[in-house]
This record gives sequence, C-alpha cells and structure tokens, in this order.
Amino acid sequence: MKSSKFWVGVLAVSALFGVAVTYWLGLFVTPPDVIQGQLVRLLYIHPSVAWVAYLAYGVTSVGSILYLWKRTRSLKWDRLAAASAEVGVVFTALTLITGSIWGRPTWHVWWTWDARLTTTALLFLLYLGYLALRKVPASRDKIAVRSAVAGLVAFIDVPIVHQSVVWWKTLHQSATVFNASLSPKVHGEMAWTMLVSFISFTLVYLWMTIKRYQIETDIDEFDNLEVEAAIAERLREVDGLVNSKASSGTRDGGLKDGGSIS
Amino acid sequence: MIRDALEIAKKDLLIEARSRVLLNQLLPFVAVVLILFGFAVGTQNSTLVDISPGVFWVIAFLSALLAIQRSFSIEAENQAKDGLLAYGLEPGGIFLGKVASIFFECIVVEVFLGLGVVFIYGMRLNSVALLIVSAGFATLGVASVGTLFGALAAATKVRETLLPLLVLPSTAPVLLAATKAWEDGITSRVGIGDPWLGLLVVFGLIYLAIGMVSFGSVLED
Repeated sequence: MKSSKFWVGVLAVSALFGVAVTYWLGLFVTPPDVIQGQLVRLLYIHPSVAWVAYLAYGVTSVGSILYLWKRTRSLKWDRLAAASAEVGVVFTALTLITGSIWGRPTWHVWWTWDARLTTTALLFLLYLGYLALRKVPASRDKIAVRSAVAGLVAFIDVPIVHQSVVWWKTLHQSATVFNASLSPKVHGEMAWTMLVSFISFTLVYLWMTIKRYQIETDIDEFDNLEVEAAIAERLREVDGLVNSKASSGTRDGGLKDGGSIS
Repeated sequence: MIRDALEIAKKDLLIEARSRVLLNQLLPFVAVVLILFGFAVGTQNSTLVDISPGVFWVIAFLSALLAIQRSFSIEAENQAKDGLLAYGLEPGGIFLGKVASIFFECIVVEVFLGLGVVFIYGMRLNSVALLIVSAGFATLGVASVGTLFGALAAATKVRETLLPLLVLPSTAPVLLAATKAWEDGITSRVGIGDPWLGLLVVFGLIYLAIGMVSFGSVLED
C-alpha cells in the first residue's frame, strides 16, 4: 500500500515536471514557425491532449469489454472504464478549447464545421452521455453493465474521428505525427518538444486515472459499508423486536400462569 | 434465433397495427415537422431543395427515436420484458426482432417523408437506387443502436431524456453519411458505388453485430 502510494507520488511529480519542461521548451527554446509564427506554440499542447483523449477512450473500451466478458467480469474493470472516461472527457474538452483558440487567428473563426472538429465535439457528447448513464441510480452491477455497453458503442466513434480527415478531406490539416506513412512532419527542437509533451500529458492522464480509480474504489467501499451498516441496524431492530416480544410473551405467560394459580 | 426474431417482430408489428400509433401520431408528427422546417428556413424553392437531404434525415432520426421509445415502452408495461426472457427466447433473437420491427416502422415513415420532400420541397431524384439502398443501411444503423440503447434506457426512470442523449451522438456519423449519400443521389447520377454508402454499410453491420453480442448483457438489467 505504502509502495503504491510512493509510486503514484513519483508519477505525479514526473507528470508535473514533464509539463513544466514542455512549457519551457514550447515557450522559450523552440523558434516561431515560418508560416504560423508564435501560434505554433499551441500545437505543443493540442495534439498531445487529443492523443490522451483517444488513449483514455481506448482504455474505457478495453475496461468495458473486460467487464462484459463473463470470464473477466470484475468491478475493477468498470472502475477503470469510468475513471478513464472522466479523464477522457476533460482532455476532449481541452482539445476543443485549444483547437478553438488556435483556429480563431488561423481560420478567423472560433468554430468551423470541419469534419474533425465536429466529430470530436460528438465524441465529447457521446462520453458525456456515458457519464450521464453512470449517474442514473441503479444497483452497482446494473450501472456497470449499462456503462460497459454504452462505452463499447461510443468507442466505435473514435476511429472515425481519426479517419475523418482522410474520409472527408476538409479544413483540418491531415495527421502530422500519427500519419499513414508513420513519418512525422515535425523535426528538430519542435519534434523533441512534441515528444516531451506527449509523454508528459500521458503521465498526467495516468496519474489522474489512478487517482480517479482510487476514488471510485473508495466510493464503492463506502457504499458497501453503508449497506452493511443499514443491514446491521435492521438486524438490531429485528432483534430488539424479537426480544421485546419475548419479554412481553413471558409477562403474558406469567400472568396466565399467575391466573391459573389463583 | 431467426425464429425468435420473427416472433418478436410479428408481435411488435401486430401491436402497432392494432394500436395505430404510427399512423395516428408518428406520420402527423413527421408532416408537422416538415412544414415547420419550411416556415423556419423560408419558402424559396432552391433553399428547400438544398437542405432537403439534411431535413429528411433529421426528421427520420427524430421519428426513429419515437419509434424506439414506443417499442420499449410496450415491454416496460406489466414486466413484459421479463416475460420474453421467461419464454426462453434468445437475446440475439429478441434484438433482431426489435431491430426488424423498428426498421420496418422507420421505412414506412421514410417513404411518407420522401414523398413530402419530393412534393413539398421539390427535391429531384436522380439516382433512386442509391437513395433507397443508403436509406436502408442508414435505417439499419439507427435501428440497431436505437434498440440497444432503447433496452438500456427502458430500465431507467429517465428513459425519455436519456435515450436521445445516447442515440443521437452515436448515430451522428450515420446521419452525416446518409445526408451526403442523399446529396449525391439527388444532385448527380452516382450509382450504388457512392463511397458514403460504403460507410453506411460498415456502420449498419458493425452496430448490428455489437447489438447482437451485447444484448444479452443489456437484458440482464
């Protein structure tokens, strides 16, 4: 327990350090872009947070499948799926916000009906629906089954988001890092900064997901304790009722006995 | 499984034929929305023709939502869903039967709606084969996802609000592809080789497969 706490702490510090290094490299070390100028600095964050969103939804879908599969069915997979989806929604929101900030000076609009923007927004709504479904009151197992099915269907949208640029060929530029030929179009300091950014935000994701998982576990344990306490209370009430009936029965019996004696 | 599916579809369509909800409520709803779009967008023929594929599919999706809700409200009454399970029907069969009945109802609505956009909006039909086949696969996609989420939402007390939140974002790519396929179908003579149709086929089949695999877990709910 202590060692896991220690490693989570190490992960948190590494993530924080990585983000700080990304900040330093992105703002002070790398040069402005020939075409985009200072705007390029936003791109050291935007693709990384988008990648983390994809990763998070991937983990949610794996957790959902493992929960649905009866051989591996365990609430730990549901907790993992839930934790990862919540972090994924945060990172999808960050993707949309950073993209919008970048799009305003580049495309002169805060929002455009580009395929990737639209499908990313849909992805955001899909997983908001997933989280809304999780909040619908039901037994713990029911919530897990419902969420697993919803998580699985929602994940079908993820490859569409990535492939949408290829399919629809609209305003958004094609993939710079994870393209079909697997040859990144970024070089030198810029490439290193992007790499550090990808690693750092992945560490942030891992830390947030682990913490969220722990909270989910605590909530489940708390709920179980509440149920146990409620059962114990009811049992005490029943015992009390039985005892009082028994004692009143003894009294009645005593009277009857007394009556018969008299 | 196919036998179970046919029984379920027959049951649902028989209930529909006797209650006439589709005829008395869904089709008038479609007509009202079609006319409201005309009021909202303006009555210029060129604008109406331009937006007609999108309007067609938005109305078709909203009607599908109502059909899905109706299909599962039948099962919510008197624990009818538990009755289906007690009969020993296969979950995959129940899913296919539900998809088939919702698919049939949606197709009826779409034929009515298609006549509406042709006669009221003045939409021309250049590639009828593409329009029909793409409508078939788009409806299959919506019916499959809708059946899966309909069963999920039916077990909750917030089914009316939860169902659209789950179904509409999931089927938005189907809406996009169906609208694009219909745009191609009315503006040019592209046949069934249209790439958007390919996307609809993939979507329809994936959603159908996922529904068949996971419906058993949903029915446990």
